[in-house]
Amino acid sequence: MTISIRASKLVNSKIPSFKHFFIALFIILLLSIITAFVVQNWSFNNDGYETYEKLQLKNILNLPEVKLSDDAPSSRPHNSKCTYWDCFNIYRCGRTGHDRIAIYVYPLKKYVDSKGIPSVEMMSKEYYMILQSVIESKYYTANPHEACLFIPSIDTLNYERIRANLTSKALESLTYWREGENHLFFNMISGTASDFSTILEINTGDAIIAGAGFNTHTYRVGFDISIPIFSPIAHLAEINYINDLRQWFVISSQINIDSYFLDELQDMQLHNSGLLILDACQVHNYSKRCEYGSHQQFVYPQILQKGTFCMVFRGERMSQLVLLEALAANCIPVIVMDEVVMPFSNVIDWKRAAVFIMEDYLHTLLDVLKKISEERIQSMRKQVKFLYEKYFSSIRALVETTFDIVQDRVYPNWGKNYDDWNLRPDELNKSPLFLPITAPRSQGFTAAILTYDRVESLFILIDKLSKVPSLSKVVVIWNNQKKSPPPMSSFPQISKPIKVIRTKANKLSNRFFPYEEIETEAILTIDDDIVMLTADELEFGYEVWREFPDRIVGFPSRTHVWDNVTLSWKYESEWTNEISMVLTGAAFHHKYWSYLYTTTMPAQVRDWVDEHMNCEDIAMNFLVANVTNKPPIKVAPRKKFKCPQCVNNEMLSADMGHMVERSQCVDRFTKAFGRMPLKSVEFRADPVLYKDAFPEKLKRFNDIGSL
Amino acid sequence: MQAKKRYLLVFVSCAFLAYCYFGGYRLKSEISDTEINFLPDFVDLETVRTGSAIRHKERPISESTNECRMETCFDFSRCHKDFRVYIYPPDDSLVPSHSYQKLLSVLEESRYYTNDPTKACLFVLSLDTLDRDRLSTDYVRNLQIRIQRLPYWNNGQNHVIFNLYSGTWPDYAENGLDFDTGMAILAKASVSINSIRSGFDISIPLFHKKHPEKGGEPGFVVSNNFPLNKSYLLAFKGKRYVHGIGSETRNALFHLHNERDIVMVTTCRHGKSWKDMKDERCDEDNKEYDRYDYEVLLQNSTFCLVPRGRRLGSYRFLEALQAGCIPVLLSNGWALPFAQVIDWSKAVVWADERLLLQVPNTVRSISPTNILELRQQTQILWEKYFSSIEKIVFTTLEIIRERLPKQTPRDGTVWNNSPGALLTLPQFSDSPLQFPFTVEESLDQFTAVIYCQLGSLVVPSSPLYRLITSVARSKYIARIIIVWSNDKSPPPKGRWPSLPSRIPLNVLQFSSDPTKPSISQRFYPHPLIETSGVLSLDEDTVLTTDEVDFAFKVWMQFPDRIVGYPARSHYWDDAKGSWGYTSKWTNDYSIVLTGAAFYHRYYNILYTEWLSPLLHKTVEQSQNCEDILMNFLVSHVTRRPPIKVTQRKQYKEQPPNGGRSPWNDPDHFIQRQTCLNTFAAVFGYMPLLRSNLRLDPVLFKDPVSNLRKKYRQIELIGS
Repeated sequence: MTISIRASKLVNSKIPSFKHFFIALFIILLLSIITAFVVQNWSFNNDGYETYEKLQLKNILNLPEVKLSDDAPSSRPHNSKCTYWDCFNIYRCGRTGHDRIAIYVYPLKKYVDSKGIPSVEMMSKEYYMILQSVIESKYYTANPHEACLFIPSIDTLNYERIRANLTSKALESLTYWREGENHLFFNMISGTASDFSTILEINTGDAIIAGAGFNTHTYRVGFDISIPIFSPIAHLAEINYINDLRQWFVISSQINIDSYFLDELQDMQLHNSGLLILDACQVHNYSKRCEYGSHQQFVYPQILQKGTFCMVFRGERMSQLVLLEALAANCIPVIVMDEVVMPFSNVIDWKRAAVFIMEDYLHTLLDVLKKISEERIQSMRKQVKFLYEKYFSSIRALVETTFDIVQDRVYPNWGKNYDDWNLRPDELNKSPLFLPITAPRSQGFTAAILTYDRVESLFILIDKLSKVPSLSKVVVIWNNQKKSPPPMSSFPQISKPIKVIRTKANKLSNRFFPYEEIETEAILTIDDDIVMLTADELEFGYEVWREFPDRIVGFPSRTHVWDNVTLSWKYESEWTNEISMVLTGAAFHHKYWSYLYTTTMPAQVRDWVDEHMNCEDIAMNFLVANVTNKPPIKVAPRKKFKCPQCVNNEMLSADMGHMVERSQCVDRFTKAFGRMPLKSVEFRADPVLYKDAFPEKLKRFNDIGSL
Repeated sequence: MQAKKRYLLVFVSCAFLAYCYFGGYRLKSEISDTEINFLPDFVDLETVRTGSAIRHKERPISESTNECRMETCFDFSRCHKDFRVYIYPPDDSLVPSHSYQKLLSVLEESRYYTNDPTKACLFVLSLDTLDRDRLSTDYVRNLQIRIQRLPYWNNGQNHVIFNLYSGTWPDYAENGLDFDTGMAILAKASVSINSIRSGFDISIPLFHKKHPEKGGEPGFVVSNNFPLNKSYLLAFKGKRYVHGIGSETRNALFHLHNERDIVMVTTCRHGKSWKDMKDERCDEDNKEYDRYDYEVLLQNSTFCLVPRGRRLGSYRFLEALQAGCIPVLLSNGWALPFAQVIDWSKAVVWADERLLLQVPNTVRSISPTNILELRQQTQILWEKYFSSIEKIVFTTLEIIRERLPKQTPRDGTVWNNSPGALLTLPQFSDSPLQFPFTVEESLDQFTAVIYCQLGSLVVPSSPLYRLITSVARSKYIARIIIVWSNDKSPPPKGRWPSLPSRIPLNVLQFSSDPTKPSISQRFYPHPLIETSGVLSLDEDTVLTTDEVDFAFKVWMQFPDRIVGYPARSHYWDDAKGSWGYTSKWTNDYSIVLTGAAFYHRYYNILYTEWLSPLLHKTVEQSQNCEDILMNFLVSHVTRRPPIKVTQRKQYKEQPPNGGRSPWNDPDHFIQRQTCLNTFAAVFGYMPLLRSNLRLDPVLFKDPVSNLRKKYRQIELIGS
């Protein structure tokens, strides 16, 4: 208003530059107000009626106080019967519209009793980091109404630091408490002297405990989450490489272990020098250890880097700092803790990374450890490294793993399975066609013919194919956009259905599209000029594919060789004793590979193929070998794969430029896949009675190898 | 000029305001990062207690048996030597149910069995505990008293109690076994995660009365079509309980029925008095129910709903698993069978009874690739652990065995992949790379094991002499072992062909019982066999070095199979109603003779330590068929046929002047046919599989100069 009045005044004063300036100013202000309003409104619409502010982790040192009177109600005690199915309210999840749990953190407050004594001393650094990780995680929500999981902001990591009664009252006062339903507590030290309870002894009601120190009696299977006790100094022992040379075979480093354990260890030490038993030094200091009975001093936890196996004994508490320290030092933990629940044991298979020995059988320790093969020690070391880096290396990793577990419980069918949690990247992934079966003959195969305009040869081919007993359908992929395919009436009349598919672009990849029209498992991809294969050969090829349904099975074969001069891979089409590729100009493969070719082929490979109109067959061989780690199978003896009529084709194949390009493909694809996946073999498949002096008519396949 | 400056000023101030409004929070968070340094650690390392356990031995033993753990309720000292199972002698007055009889007979025939209670680690009752539903006909009365009378009961310590049903109408209580199981390990169906004693009890699947004792039917999945095109997406056909425990879920299923791709049909027509109890939906339901056939649904549906019944588990679970119809579980709190070792998330879909109406959405959102995986895994699990009572019982025992001290563990990759833990013996190796189930590039040598039964002379012209020299010329040979199994003592050292020093030659004589040497000795896992590859030979086998080299190269690609030269086949003889054996030249084969074949040394261990004693007896008695048994074993493990290489069919030196060798004796054939049938009976099915192809060198008989060919000798050998 004022602006416009002033503006009008200025217009009157007839100073054009001012006039322009104020009009511009007016417009800018107007625009910014509108934008601000729109932005505000837009975020309103998103969040419902109120906006929620991301929790700020600030002023930890003087938080707002909440005074709880002495007669304030206390929350219900820990419910030891809880299962996911009856204590977790599933209806609170799934309000976000995406398949991800939403986690809310209560605002930071300091709860004090009537005398002003707080429930917890200062929040610990670790709990601060936990809250920070929650807020920064992908699961975090500021909106408690869409939250599926609630994290109280009271630091419950160490039971010895909290006042249980007051904390229970504080919990009851939480806005969304509802008997602790869908709440999650982090706890690393539970119980205190002298009974050392294995659960957090505050009234947590139906809440989930992510705790260290459960035993198998107190851990509620499928509900609680077992976490390790975090060692603030574990990172000092971190080691980035796998070190095979380790001075000590076994290191026991816990201070003041049970005399039974100590006696057993000392007994063993009498006969074995590879055993190092450490204890506290005279001047107690966690980061210094002395050899038991001597004064030789070691720096802890770095000393663990020198051990192949590190002992983890049960103490008063089930959870021991040494576990994380040993993992960091890449020392294989030996767990001597009856009834222990290992961290994240519901998803992590500790058998792959640790050795378990029952307390009563500690005397068998060295027998058991010495029996372990070098190969297994190697693989356990790799697994320890993998587990530590992925799940245990920081507070953030612990928190995220905990939430991933909850996420997988709420959305089990999008969750990770055993392999996803436990297999290292270096362990070869399993072939997607892993069921050991011979494919049924009854289904037959679909012939997929990629053609451009060679109608005459196409018809000869279709006619020939129709004589193969196991053919179930012919699919002609018409790759010529300028010309229409010949009318169906002009096609050879055969007893099997023929389908013509017109493509949208002349791309070689079209040959490997998983068309709906292909209903069989097996696809015979065949070029329209490959008319020299006999019905017996094709039928036998199909028989071979049935026995190897996860491989490419075909006729013309090629191989790859390493060229020492150019230091690159070369494509070889000479008569060699080895094969590593089968050309898809005449080959059987499972339809799943077509799907993979279309969906997961590295973009650079697919683009290269479509751009150069070449090497689609090499790409397919790379793809299958990369997934299965198996070579293709060549069928029947070599023949001349060129037709005398098609001069152009011969020209193309003979063209040196063509060969050079294909060598480039092999080299380029190797880079795209990050390795050379092709495998060479020295065999091909023939019919059992091939070339045998045996009446031809008694052979099931006799027209094999004719030129 | 002035105006420009003003514009600039306005822009700058606007930008600043905007920054404060939108991006200012960044400034704030930087402040709090320093605050963390003022906070204390959650634990004071200098005072933290790391030691001094309270040993459980010193703990009071008053813990109830509900709290049993292996460490507290199991006597490991009984299991120090061997893992053996004792079965109490049958009580003549009580005949156990058919299922329990099968279970006991499986155990009795197994390698776990012992009839000496002092050697036993585990005890199994001969009293039938499978059905503890008081209303059932198989219910054994007064079990409590009978059990108390058992001589080794000892409050159930080291006993395993198998149970399928507990409790009865109306609450079907899980602990309703009607007797005190004490410290016995329960192997029980339909248990909930809350009642299972963790690391102690074992959940087993509910199986039908008709469940086979051994062998068992294969899964129904024979092809891996992608994407899987089934007429129905999700199916269920079964009983509905109008009221009572477990009725809620099944009563609500009709909401999901759409007659198109989701078929959910229920009936209340079961039990004697269903008409009295029926509700308003019953008639309508029954009509719809009769429109669909159970088997047809099972075969033609991608997913099968497995809701809880009165108890948590149902027969349907195993039926769906076998059919490859991916089970969709609707049974909150059920501890799935063998869940401590099997990762069920690879084979089933978990639904939540509380979110019944979301089931169609959940199922629809599972990708075709995922379906392909889940479906294959159902078959692996079915065939490895569930298809027969034998497998279920052995799996239970193996889970217990893994808990004993000093056991080599088998991790989840072994349990959840083919061939599974029952066929992966931990005593062989603790590293998966040592087993034949992964292709290792580092396999580069083999050991030749020559079995000498005839006691042939060793002179330069004798077949044995020539065999040794041609095998020794192979690039890949590591050692030659002669298994001398003849009354005559083997020729002295000097008589054997002289070999390069890198190829040691060992002559082993089995002197245990020289009058009756066992032919199975050729497969004895001798410690001298250090290579993965074993070339098994007869003393009169004829092979060229090229053939040996080529076959070894092929075997390296298929280390889990038998790769050899002469092949045989089996066929079903309809007229006789039994299996037949033929050595005729046929278009396919299913057996490769071990007189000349490569295989992995792991199979020696399986052959000697895993096969049922019954099978060994058959071989012993006939002094024949050991090669057929080896083929049975390998096909059983891999579920793939053996591999024949090259043209060679005759591999024996023809005996001069028509002399008799055991191999051209007509009785020999009849005997082998008998073996074939005995083995099939003991295995419970016919494991042999046929192959239509043989493998030749890439340039075999190709019109190209012989100089280019790597394996030239092979060209010269006719059939």
